[in-house]
Amino acid sequence: MIIGLFNDWVVVVLMMIGLYIVIAHGNLIKKIVGLAIFQTSVFILYISMANVEGGSAPILAEGIKQFSNPLPHVLILTAIVVGVATTALGLALVVRIKEAYGSIEEEDIQHLDNKTQDETEIQATEGDQS
Amino acid sequence: MISHLPILQVIVPLMAAPICLLLKRSQLVWLFSLFASAIAFIISVLLLQQVMTSGVISYELGGWEAPWGIEYRIDKLNAFLLLIISAISTVVLIAAQTSIEKEIPKEKHTLFYILYLLSLTGMLGIVSTGDAFNVFVFLEISSLSAYALIALGQDRRALWASYQYLIMGTIGATFILIGIGLMYQMTGTLNMQDLSQRLPEVAQTRTVFTAFAFVIVGVCLKLALFPLHLWLPNAYAYAPSIVTAFFAATATKVAIYLLIRFTFTVFGLSFSFTTLPLQGLFLLLGLTGIFVASSAAIYQNNVKHVFAYSSIAQVGYIIVGLSTSTITGLTATLLHLFNHALMKSAIFLALGAVVYRLGNVQLSSFNGLGRQMPLTMAAIVIGGLSLIGVPLTVGFVSKWYLLTALLEKGWWPVAILILLGSLLAVIYVWRIVEAAYFKKPLADSVPVKEAPLFFLIPIWLLITANIYFGIDTRLSLQVASAAAQSLFGVSP
Repeated sequence: MIIGLFNDWVVVVLMMIGLYIVIAHGNLIKKIVGLAIFQTSVFILYISMANVEGGSAPILAEGIKQFSNPLPHVLILTAIVVGVATTALGLALVVRIKEAYGSIEEEDIQHLDNKTQDETEIQATEGDQS
Repeated sequence: MISHLPILQVIVPLMAAPICLLLKRSQLVWLFSLFASAIAFIISVLLLQQVMTSGVISYELGGWEAPWGIEYRIDKLNAFLLLIISAISTVVLIAAQTSIEKEIPKEKHTLFYILYLLSLTGMLGIVSTGDAFNVFVFLEISSLSAYALIALGQDRRALWASYQYLIMGTIGATFILIGIGLMYQMTGTLNMQDLSQRLPEVAQTRTVFTAFAFVIVGVCLKLALFPLHLWLPNAYAYAPSIVTAFFAATATKVAIYLLIRFTFTVFGLSFSFTTLPLQGLFLLLGLTGIFVASSAAIYQNNVKHVFAYSSIAQVGYIIVGLSTSTITGLTATLLHLFNHALMKSAIFLALGAVVYRLGNVQLSSFNGLGRQMPLTMAAIVIGGLSLIGVPLTVGFVSKWYLLTALLEKGWWPVAILILLGSLLAVIYVWRIVEAAYFKKPLADSVPVKEAPLFFLIPIWLLITANIYFGIDTRLSLQVASAAAQSLFGVSP
């Protein structure tokens, strides 16, 4: 039972590791890495569902009667491209955040944002009184 | 040519995007994007006409037959959504050049239009396609360009907002991908019509329940249903004004379309609302969303934040309409999709005009603005009245249908809560009215002039639509109720 569902277990474990990193880590780059692991687990989910017992790779050749379902492979090719684009965009954003804030720790950024928020509000109330 | 309209709807903005790169001159790129968006609008009008007279259009991509190839399927619901998206996009683009001159550095103007067109492509694609995996691809096209567009904002907080949206959005999209994968595993098909026929056979399996949960949570992340709304307020507040006006009117609407499509068409009404407790869940989350978001809106000092929270509350009304799972309720939902797009794009464009003149949208800067920018402020007031649901505006029409649907069901306590929620809207709109008309300008503020013409034209176009469709509801109501009836399988 457990061995038969080996791929599914790997998928679930990877998925949870990925999600945990995204939620628990404050470092923006680690979050992106977690997101990539999370997406990869879904790729494995698709690829393992394409497998047909005793089937070969989906290539047309003599003597091959049974082969894996090629459609999920194609779908995941698209999803991988999307995943790479997301990771690239995320990392580019982190570079810009580092330039603007001088930090890539979530805590620091939130602290700096709260400070700007307070300043604008103080200005606003002073403006109201004058 | 006419038979290729469903694909042209998506291809025109997609092809226009790289051409922008060749044009280089900012003004030229603007005119070209406006042209492309206007063509998309004309196509959507033609599609709607065709669907209303002769029924569902099915287009086979590359000539491959439906369950194997990708099918573009335009029914009344799709055509209605296509019309809303392309119309708002075109009107908002009129003001784009004037607005981004102030808000975005010159060398990034071309990039802005490319991203805008790609985002438009993604949204139109999600709505036109009849293939579940294709939905995911278009969703990511529109989302990736949305993250980049939001990051173009002036304030550095735009970067942080964009990053948070990227994390949440990607998790949402990946959830949808998991859901689609599990459905494929059970049925061996990705075509939505085919799925809807094959899913009932395997409906009582745990895999299908899981697939349903993943898809619904993923879509709800995208549509910012309370409590999955946390990415929205900052993303809307710090993005460039044009981007906010476009997204506030269309992005969440596309997600709501997906929700309707998956619950009604793919999984089927009885499975979504009766077998699984979606009805109670939607009602509860919708109502909580209305109250939490409206109360939060009252305490905001940044006016873009006020209306961003109000958007979350409006999503709440839409979801409550959906939770009734009756034809009237669904009609109210679809009407509110259309009407909310009109109100929010008008309001956010007017706020864009305020940013153009003042450089910020803090509530204190609005003091005395009613005299200095009378036309812009009048637009915000009319838009606000429409949000509250005052008669003669579109907001009234959709609230009226929502209340009718609730009373039909006998849910009168919910109806009372909806009315109370509208009172909260009165408070946050009043704060802006008070500042603009009853407070004196700050001592050190410089008097400003009325917004430029390129802002006033689209703003008042939308405001006129707000009033016109509030009085003459024939077009919007006819299409919305026809779409609702066809989703319930009743022939109109």
